[in-house]
Amino acid sequence: MSSSMLFNVTMVLYMVSTCIFFAFLASRSKAVGLGGTYAALFGFLVQTAAIGLRWKESYDQGHGHAPLSNLFESVVFFSWTIVLIFLFIDFKYKYRAIGFFVIPFALFGMAWAQLGLDSGIEPLVPALQSNWLMYHVITCFLGYAAFAVACGISIMYLIREKMEQGGGNVQAGGLLSMFPSIRVLDDLNYKAIMIGFPLLSLGIITGAAWANYAWGTYWSWDPKETWSLIVWFVYAAFLHARITRGWVGRRAAILSVIGFAATIFCYLGVNLFLSGLHSYGR
Amino acid sequence: MTTNKRGFAQEVWDFFCSLRLSIFLLIGLALVSIIGTIIPQGQPPREYLATLSETKFRLYSSLGFFDMYHSWWFILLLYLLTLNLICCSIKRLPRVWKVVSEPVLEMDESFEKSLPNVKDLKLKGTKEELKERMASFLSAEFAAPVITEKNGAYHLFAQKSPWCRLGVYVVHLSIIVIFVGALIGSFFGYKGYVSIPEGGAISQVQTQSGKMINLGYEVRCEKFSVTFYDTGAPKEFKSILTVVDNGKPVPGLTSRPIIVNDPLTYKGTTFYQSSYGQSDEGALYHLTVRDRKGGAPVKLTARQGERLALPGGAFLSVMEATMDVRPFLRGFDGPGAQVEFTPAGGNPQPFVILSDKYESFNAQHGGDLLITFDGMDQKFYTGLQVAHDPGVWVVWAGCFLMVVGICMAFFMSHKRVWARVTDSGVTLGGSASKNPAGFEICFDDLVEKVNKA
Repeated sequence: MSSSMLFNVTMVLYMVSTCIFFAFLASRSKAVGLGGTYAALFGFLVQTAAIGLRWKESYDQGHGHAPLSNLFESVVFFSWTIVLIFLFIDFKYKYRAIGFFVIPFALFGMAWAQLGLDSGIEPLVPALQSNWLMYHVITCFLGYAAFAVACGISIMYLIREKMEQGGGNVQAGGLLSMFPSIRVLDDLNYKAIMIGFPLLSLGIITGAAWANYAWGTYWSWDPKETWSLIVWFVYAAFLHARITRGWVGRRAAILSVIGFAATIFCYLGVNLFLSGLHSYGR
Repeated sequence: MTTNKRGFAQEVWDFFCSLRLSIFLLIGLALVSIIGTIIPQGQPPREYLATLSETKFRLYSSLGFFDMYHSWWFILLLYLLTLNLICCSIKRLPRVWKVVSEPVLEMDESFEKSLPNVKDLKLKGTKEELKERMASFLSAEFAAPVITEKNGAYHLFAQKSPWCRLGVYVVHLSIIVIFVGALIGSFFGYKGYVSIPEGGAISQVQTQSGKMINLGYEVRCEKFSVTFYDTGAPKEFKSILTVVDNGKPVPGLTSRPIIVNDPLTYKGTTFYQSSYGQSDEGALYHLTVRDRKGGAPVKLTARQGERLALPGGAFLSVMEATMDVRPFLRGFDGPGAQVEFTPAGGNPQPFVILSDKYESFNAQHGGDLLITFDGMDQKFYTGLQVAHDPGVWVVWAGCFLMVVGICMAFFMSHKRVWARVTDSGVTLGGSASKNPAGFEICFDDLVEKVNKA
């Protein structure tokens, strides 16, 4: 059994979970909703095992390191953290419909990693040989994942609000009836960002600490650093918008979607389009 | 007129206190920051002129786009944000401080109506008994209460983590602390770069702004080495450094290896492994030349750039060489050299020679001669990033404050419980600064417990 096989199983399970969540929206059966969550949980456990196995495989090759060092590994880890944050919010608040808007992010990540990225295990170059790598990557990606969940919730918010304004027949049924109410969605959006913002802050701080330890500058306006700060600014604006009249609800949801778009650009766009210190995307 | 003046001052104050300004500044900073990630920063003009027209170059240059994060308008935005958060804090802090330091001790009828959670408890006993019972109950299950008596009723007030309301202001303070740290670093610190050849030493550093800094001690490079993985990717860059102060090697910093991610610090200045190269002091190359028709192999030594006379009238110069060809030639390892070989009376031919492990590879060139490369006595220089930043600890203190403040602001809630005890029974009220749903459960739990007790 190789980690690559387990990653394939993970991808299939996330696909199954997405389908079940869709069936849940259509059928409005609580049992089906729970099925979607369990499929996601099972996929998460398989993925955890796969990441552990990949870690071991790197040791078998003689240059063991945590599987967080190249684009393949980071995309897999990103999808793992998305499901982790989703499961946390799902078990805490039990609004199953969110799964249909969040698990696809994880599914997309796994599919891209398995089908489009080089999955070879490479030894670490000198710049990455540090424990800071783990602290930095784990905090950043948990933060990104919380923003992904918040983005899914915000998309639900915008859909539901549009339907309600358009005189949509929300009470009578349809896919929308399983959506949490607008107030709950707004609150969940805020809760997800309350998880993400501290983690992003920690991610930026650990990154600065590492840069200072390895190069002697905690901040050099490298494109990656700048984009992480841009994301931080957007979510800081979101948090302040929450307590300002006229900015709750719709505008906050839009800010959350913009924030996640900036997050994705910070994560991938910077590597693909701009140059700088984080070159794992090339 | 005076009212107008006062009105204007008030308006300016309100402007700087407004949350709308904060949101505008945060989004504005996010937007303008993008510019500097798209336009490469701090490059020489000719680099820009290669891709930009003259007019665009002048325009961008005057707008400060080529060093955007230090341009006056970007710094101004940062100062505005700082001013905004200071004003916001000054305006709101006293109100919050009052809630923390002077809590409402009595829950009267009108205050009761403002609370989200209220419950009348039908408990038996005299006022005194109930007061004692509630006091010990709250101490055990929630927090020790403050007891007051007013209008013939006892009022109990208990609270948990009131200071978490200050979390937001701790975060605001932390940002100011980080700015102060950054300013200290930019005024009293420097960043520079030195290269030291193996066996050489430096006592001065040239900073990024071009100033020469006297260290007051010497840093000597004993040795530099680089190793590679089988794939050809670099595995480790290592310098062995010795700090010499007052003519004596410093204990603990004598022949100390430094690698990427493990720098050396002495007297507040830190040296980071950053680059390396071959030293200008020429290397010594070792070659073996053998006539293919037979005869004893001849060992030769060449300096860099030297034109070496070979047996039979040919000449050879070593252009470039390495002790490990893996990064350059797939499937080969060991030493290798790029040479220029001039046969007797012929034209120069450039080719690569390797160690004697690759006889057939080396046999492709050299005419009558079989030339192998045995290795080199090579001197490297090590490139060190040098940083002296007395503000860095202030920045870390600010970061620590920020984490603490965020935890206080996001994950903690100021929970308050009031009990009004009269002869007819007890009324319990409660509220929390955050997570009302969570507090409701906690409050209902308290009510259930007190009814059972």
